[in-house]
Amino acid sequence: MIKKIVLMGNPNVGKSVVFSRLTGANVISSNYPGTTVDFSKGKMRLDGKTVEIIDAPGTYSLEPSNNSEKVASELLKDADVVINVIDATNLERNLYLTLELLESKVPMIIALNMWDETKHIGINIDEKKLRKILDLPAIPIVALTGEGIKELVQKIKKAKSPGKIKTTSEEKKWIKIGKIIKQVEKLEHRHHSLKDKISDLTIKPLTGLPIAIAIIFFSFWIVRLIGENLITYILDPVFDLYRPLIQEFGELLGDGFLYKFLISQSYGEINFLESLGMLTTGLYVPIGMVLPYIIAFYLVLSFLEDTGYLPRLATLLDNIFHKLGMHGYGIIPVFLGLGCNVPGMLATRTLETRKQRLIAATLLSIAVPCMAQTSLIFAMFSDEKIRNSLEFSPIIYIFMVFLSLIIIYFVVGLILNKFVKGESPEIFLEIPNYRIPHLKTALKKTWMRIKWFLKDAIPWMFFGVFIINILYTIGVIEFLAQVFKPIMSGLFGLPGETSIVLISGFLRKDLAVGTLLSFPEGTFSAMQLVIVATMLTMFFPCIATFAVMIKELGIKDMIKSALIMISAAIIVGIILRFILIGV
Amino acid sequence: MTKKIISLANLPIGKKAKIISIISGHHGRHHRGKHFGGCNLGHRMGVMGVRKGQIIEVISKQPFFGPITISIGKCKMTIGRGMAHKILVEEL
Repeated sequence: MIKKIVLMGNPNVGKSVVFSRLTGANVISSNYPGTTVDFSKGKMRLDGKTVEIIDAPGTYSLEPSNNSEKVASELLKDADVVINVIDATNLERNLYLTLELLESKVPMIIALNMWDETKHIGINIDEKKLRKILDLPAIPIVALTGEGIKELVQKIKKAKSPGKIKTTSEEKKWIKIGKIIKQVEKLEHRHHSLKDKISDLTIKPLTGLPIAIAIIFFSFWIVRLIGENLITYILDPVFDLYRPLIQEFGELLGDGFLYKFLISQSYGEINFLESLGMLTTGLYVPIGMVLPYIIAFYLVLSFLEDTGYLPRLATLLDNIFHKLGMHGYGIIPVFLGLGCNVPGMLATRTLETRKQRLIAATLLSIAVPCMAQTSLIFAMFSDEKIRNSLEFSPIIYIFMVFLSLIIIYFVVGLILNKFVKGESPEIFLEIPNYRIPHLKTALKKTWMRIKWFLKDAIPWMFFGVFIINILYTIGVIEFLAQVFKPIMSGLFGLPGETSIVLISGFLRKDLAVGTLLSFPEGTFSAMQLVIVATMLTMFFPCIATFAVMIKELGIKDMIKSALIMISAAIIVGIILRFILIGV
Repeated sequence: MTKKIISLANLPIGKKAKIISIISGHHGRHHRGKHFGGCNLGHRMGVMGVRKGQIIEVISKQPFFGPITISIGKCKMTIGRGMAHKILVEEL
């Protein structure tokens, strides 16, 4: 009886797309190796029965070389059937894992994915012959369009483990593969296509680096453009409609305890950013302020991911990342982390050694602001109350914060590379062919990520606002501000209230802006705000990221990482104080 | 005609060559602080398609001893310069 089906295959062959097709569930897929670092479970109907189906991380071999590959080879143990997803444009290399899987004696069928692509690039595969040689069902499919999926499902029952498979050495497997390829594959010669030319241009240093800089700047410009327009034309009008409703509701409630918690600290005054009520700030910050940038960011990220550009960027940046104790793939956690640090942390799994992972995770939590934090920084300097005290345009201060963070990323990385023991192996990364992203896939992926954000952000915001309200009511806030005053002003030249901003940042980074703006005008000077924004990013990750870090790094390394974070934040705070404020 | 065997790192961009052997080095020699290879490097290269007898072409080399991007068959991949030094090829 089939209970558990596992999808196995090399990285970036489209397992996650097949998984989505089979289960109807949505999982993130992209065009670079290592998108799936953990397995996802789903269910599908097979002959009227429900079976479990598992999407394993990609692996080149059952002998794992990193943590995500380890996950894959362990999943094989409980599989009743394996669907071996193969990139048909890369048959030879993919067959190695196929032969290894055969030796494990688990019943198997083969899905020859990207079948349409083989025709375009001049590869002819005789799938009937392949079926005969391997003595297994092998079905050509195009997972992106769904072609062949029906047949694949019908053939699952026919999965088998051909008898008389002997375990052989690596070398003998390659000899066998060579023979198979000779019989089933014919190549036509094709000239360099436009895609190849673009590929070359984006990976050669002379042309690649300027293109990379242009792409990154353009991406951020687009994110800001989309984000701002969503706020001005959609979300602000929506909240303008919401305002009278909440006002009326407030009048119904009357002044008191409930009003404070739900609507505003001071009766009659409603300011969505700083009122610190669950129904005002608790809803406005995640939805009205952060969400638009989340939408914009993930839309742009989807396109970057699906074209296959990121591995090329990793190649170009490899040298720099080596100096920081990682290799070029270290850029992937940074990119994902700019959206939310949690998936960024998970992506560190594809780095091979403990040293690389520790450095990548620590730098991520210190110097990579998530979108919530970034929109907080944007909002902070554009707020009317703050704007009055600014000498220059807000963008200058925003730039100062980001420049500080970039410098911190490199300096802390250089230092960690010197002191963290362990190896930093060289990069070894497959460069996928460029693909034109599907708009529908990109939109779907963005939508999934937005749902995760809302599911995570709104409860935490509510909880955060609730806690802050309690702390205010019982006077803890006052107390903390007093206690930390000597430290804050002595070390960083900041008012004692900063401690509250930093504490609320632990619950959720975007909550901190509400706390920050709720202080009376003039509490912070412009330069102090730059310091607060930078330290808020560095000091400590939010609870969600913190939990993932413990899981990924283990308690011991997490403590090390936390100590590095705190000391780095303190040192940077002091340095910035002297640079920006003077004494 | 004499066969000229060089390391992949020295193969000029755009030239094709055949892989003659891959030096399996377990002892990490240091080169600008980078480790050369790892214990299962040969295996890992093998499963990714970098093997004896394959035809290889260099697409690009990043400056300052940065990584090399190669193509083998329809695959492209980026490998560290240290690894490239361990792959001996014969220019075609």
